[in-house]
Amino acid sequence: MAKQYETVIGLEVHVELATKTKIFCSCSTQFGGAPNTHTCPVCTGMPGSLPVLNRQVVEYAAAIGLAVNCEITRECKFDRKNYFYPDNPQNYQISQLYLPIAKNGYVEIETGGTRKRVRIHEMHMEEDAGKLIHDEWDDTSLVDYNRSGVPLVEIVSEPDMRSADEVIAYLEKLRLIIQYLGASDCKLQEGSMRADVNLSVREAGKEEFGTRTEMKNLNSFKAIARAVEGERERQIELLEAGKKVIQETRRWDDNKEASYPMRSKEDAKDYRYFPDPDLAPVIIDEEWIERIRAEQPEFRTEKLERYEREYNIPRYDAEIITESKKMADIFEAASTACGKPKKVSNWLMVETMRLLKEHGMEPEELAFSPENLAKLVELTEDGTINSSVAKEVFEKIFSEDVDPEKYVEEKGLKTVSDEGALKEVLQKVIAENPQAVVDYRKGKAKALGSLVGQTMKMMKGKADPALVNQKLKELLDH
Amino acid sequence: MSIMSMTAVELGSKIRKREISVEEAVKASLAQVKKMEVKVHSFVTVDEEGALKRAQKVQKLIDEGLISGPLAGVPAAVKDNLCTAGLRTTCSSKILENFVPSYTAEAVQCLERSGAVIIGKTNMDEFAMGSTTETSYYGVTKNPWNLEHVPGGSSGGSCAAAAAEECSYALGSDTGGSIRQPSSFCGVVGIKPTYGTVSRYGLIAYASSLDQIGPIARNVTDCAAVLEMIAAHDVKDSTSVPRKSYDFMGALVDDVRGLRIGIPQDYFTEGLDEEVKEHILSAAKVLEERGASVEMFDLSLVQYAVPAYYVIACAEAGSNLSRFDGVKYGYRAGHYEGLHDMYKRSRSEGFGAEVKRRIMLGSFVLSSGYYDAYYLKALKTKALIKQAFDKAFEKYDIIAAPVSPSAAPKLGKSLSDPLKMYLSDIYTISVNLAGLPGISIPVGTNKEGLPVGMQLIGNCYEERKLLRAAYTFEQTRVYERPGVVKMGGEA
Amino acid sequence: MEDRKIADKISDEMIDYVGILAKLELSGREREEAKADMERMLDYIDMLNELDTEGIEPMSHVFPISNVFREDIVTNGDGHEETLANAPLMKENCFKVPRTIG
Repeated sequence: MAKQYETVIGLEVHVELATKTKIFCSCSTQFGGAPNTHTCPVCTGMPGSLPVLNRQVVEYAAAIGLAVNCEITRECKFDRKNYFYPDNPQNYQISQLYLPIAKNGYVEIETGGTRKRVRIHEMHMEEDAGKLIHDEWDDTSLVDYNRSGVPLVEIVSEPDMRSADEVIAYLEKLRLIIQYLGASDCKLQEGSMRADVNLSVREAGKEEFGTRTEMKNLNSFKAIARAVEGERERQIELLEAGKKVIQETRRWDDNKEASYPMRSKEDAKDYRYFPDPDLAPVIIDEEWIERIRAEQPEFRTEKLERYEREYNIPRYDAEIITESKKMADIFEAASTACGKPKKVSNWLMVETMRLLKEHGMEPEELAFSPENLAKLVELTEDGTINSSVAKEVFEKIFSEDVDPEKYVEEKGLKTVSDEGALKEVLQKVIAENPQAVVDYRKGKAKALGSLVGQTMKMMKGKADPALVNQKLKELLDH
Repeated sequence: MSIMSMTAVELGSKIRKREISVEEAVKASLAQVKKMEVKVHSFVTVDEEGALKRAQKVQKLIDEGLISGPLAGVPAAVKDNLCTAGLRTTCSSKILENFVPSYTAEAVQCLERSGAVIIGKTNMDEFAMGSTTETSYYGVTKNPWNLEHVPGGSSGGSCAAAAAEECSYALGSDTGGSIRQPSSFCGVVGIKPTYGTVSRYGLIAYASSLDQIGPIARNVTDCAAVLEMIAAHDVKDSTSVPRKSYDFMGALVDDVRGLRIGIPQDYFTEGLDEEVKEHILSAAKVLEERGASVEMFDLSLVQYAVPAYYVIACAEAGSNLSRFDGVKYGYRAGHYEGLHDMYKRSRSEGFGAEVKRRIMLGSFVLSSGYYDAYYLKALKTKALIKQAFDKAFEKYDIIAAPVSPSAAPKLGKSLSDPLKMYLSDIYTISVNLAGLPGISIPVGTNKEGLPVGMQLIGNCYEERKLLRAAYTFEQTRVYERPGVVKMGGEA
Repeated sequence: MEDRKIADKISDEMIDYVGILAKLELSGREREEAKADMERMLDYIDMLNELDTEGIEPMSHVFPISNVFREDIVTNGDGHEETLANAPLMKENCFKVPRTIG
């Protein structure tokens, strides 16, 4: 009988903060840009340059700390983490070890109907490294410092997760909280959210942890799930073969679905942390904490309850809409503008989701204004346009954020309410389709549909189908 | 009187009155450099072309009334660890042999805004690590008072240049005595301001928590004038402290009545040269005669400053100097195999022995298992030393002390025994640990004809008291010119 | 006060280890001298153990300055020319180094 193993996982999650400038200098954090254009003496480690802390970094970091139920450190300091690597221009990274900005927090996750708390050990502020581009032709690497000095927070969890599902649930929860705060866009593909996985296995029922490895280079939730599975298997195989797991850092190669040890003997992993003498301590007093607390947005759990109560939409709708901060924002603004939350919700749940899928987009990328959606709801509700025209207009709102009122006007898409004009068309349709008229009168209900269709076609879709139906009946039944 | 034998303030005044043009002043300075450099070698780089061009520009600014400071148009030199845009900055190291910064250090910019003309970059101990200026990759600087002796260090080039009248004043930096000690050895005045007074932006760091830039000149008035130019709050330096007043010239009063001066008797133990001791005590007596009260007291903890300093300074240095790796600027080894070999070769070939020694020590004291025992212990010792000074300043306005246990040693005698060399910083180092201001003023010469300096130490932000005492003492004696200048004749 | 030594004699392994940390490679005489110097210095530094520092807060900053901030406003423009001006080797506006991963 094979032994049963339990997987023990802790995560180190790096999140790039949404500041305009870098953590210690006034260079732009904008993604992309030609190599080394967003650089200055500070973020390239020029001799004599000195760091000055970006206030917004502290604001965001403290807000995240509070949102994940951490204690905020009243006096926190920056430390230098010393190691040589070309993406690190000073050959030390400014980070926090001894007095990080936040510690002892937790987030609640839910997997398969079970709720669980994942504890957060600590969270600290630090600077990102530059980018290395490997040149295949002449066996060299090229260094671009545009990302060097972009502010990060690193959130270190306790080893509280036991499966890939829990890992993903934890990450999704963190991502949602941080997006709700507006502190980061948390895009895994672009690297604005990155997770290192610390994983060990132990025989089921044992207290003691096994030896853990740290896995890096995980660029998507799927890669993380595969890496967790792969590393779990690798460690169990080692143990089953009577071998030991070595404590090391490994790089996950998602194409090969395998991990490889990362460091050589030239890396002692002895970082010689000490307080950075170039930076002053950061004192976050009660007043500051209270202000940040007061500015915290409403998070998902509270929103869910409020949506059911205040907007009277189904729980299911509320859950989908609040999965994205952007979607929730659009929902609330559009509902307030038009006063018809259920209609707004329908547009988001059906057409918006369909178009997102069709374009391969994330909800956070939605770019249309809630006012335009609200106008569309009103236009539909007061019968100015019919539902098929509305769908067409919505696609325009989705892709170009058009003003539906103007668009409908310009394109002449309004439903024709002039009964005289309608009557003329109806009479024409009846005259041209004697067979259908006979069929209808014989009791074939389908024939009426065909006549309605013909009428709509002649009206170029601008008639209200219900009205057409009614008027046709009136004419034929007499 | 020749242009270069004037004090900086005198020369500035003549420039303002159009009695001397900026060009004349700069040319006199460059001529003196030509004459002195073969003997003294104060400079790593002399910027003749740049200085002459700048002279024209400054003259125009003065003529247009756009600059009117006391030292506008006066030729100055800056230590080669201060970045100067477009002008090579080496820290006297091979590793920065071809380094041309893209920006100018804030302190140098302050000078330039006041109309200074920088004539060149002065020699120093490599990365400011040393007390003799002998660890420079660009050759040793000699003491203008006796060419067989060292000028002290690490700001040896700046002090020698001021003493040899190659410039009217200079900037140095002081991490453990690097302004005060060479000032004392070269018979000039040097100030290490309160930590945070002068921006460190653009100063290539040795030990960030201890480094401070300060003026070096031939008298107290000039030093006060320069300090007034460079002392300012700078938003680019997070350790820059805004001060209530930046008026230092106003402190130049010939009166020490009521000043309480304490002399730490634990500085006057074995190891202190008899002649130095006598000079300090008689200088203190002069101040007493002028109305100050003087008494001996126990400062305590004196012997712990040097070991605490070397742990802290080397730990910071190891980290600060890790950026010199052959990737972004500076020396890269010609041959290497792979990244780490490139790092090791570039650094091992680019740094000199003393720098490597301190980086190794610094890496060791921070390494896993030793942090608490060495680094934290040193930081706690620093706290105790600060407390000892706090206590002393409850009773005294000023502490008077030697600068160095002896006058300038002969060339080639110091480096063979590093520990002994480190111990010679015993009187200056604790001032940096506690962040205090200190000034070194010449008080006489010894039997060999070498200058002896006295150190005055003040409480934080109390430079004005130091200046007042130093100025008062200075009024009691005549400035002595070093032999090489007198022999060199008038320019 | 008793004299307690923290580090034992500096071994060859220790010098190698510190060399890896500091990216310095010493050989021959330089290495022997470094060993001897470091040993003497550490012996000397051990003097700090005579001091009772129980309950003393380590002092990393001399002055009680805190909360030195900049506002989050972009003021730096394209800096690539200055950044690359001193590069020992460069290519396509990047610093060129030996390959970092195999």
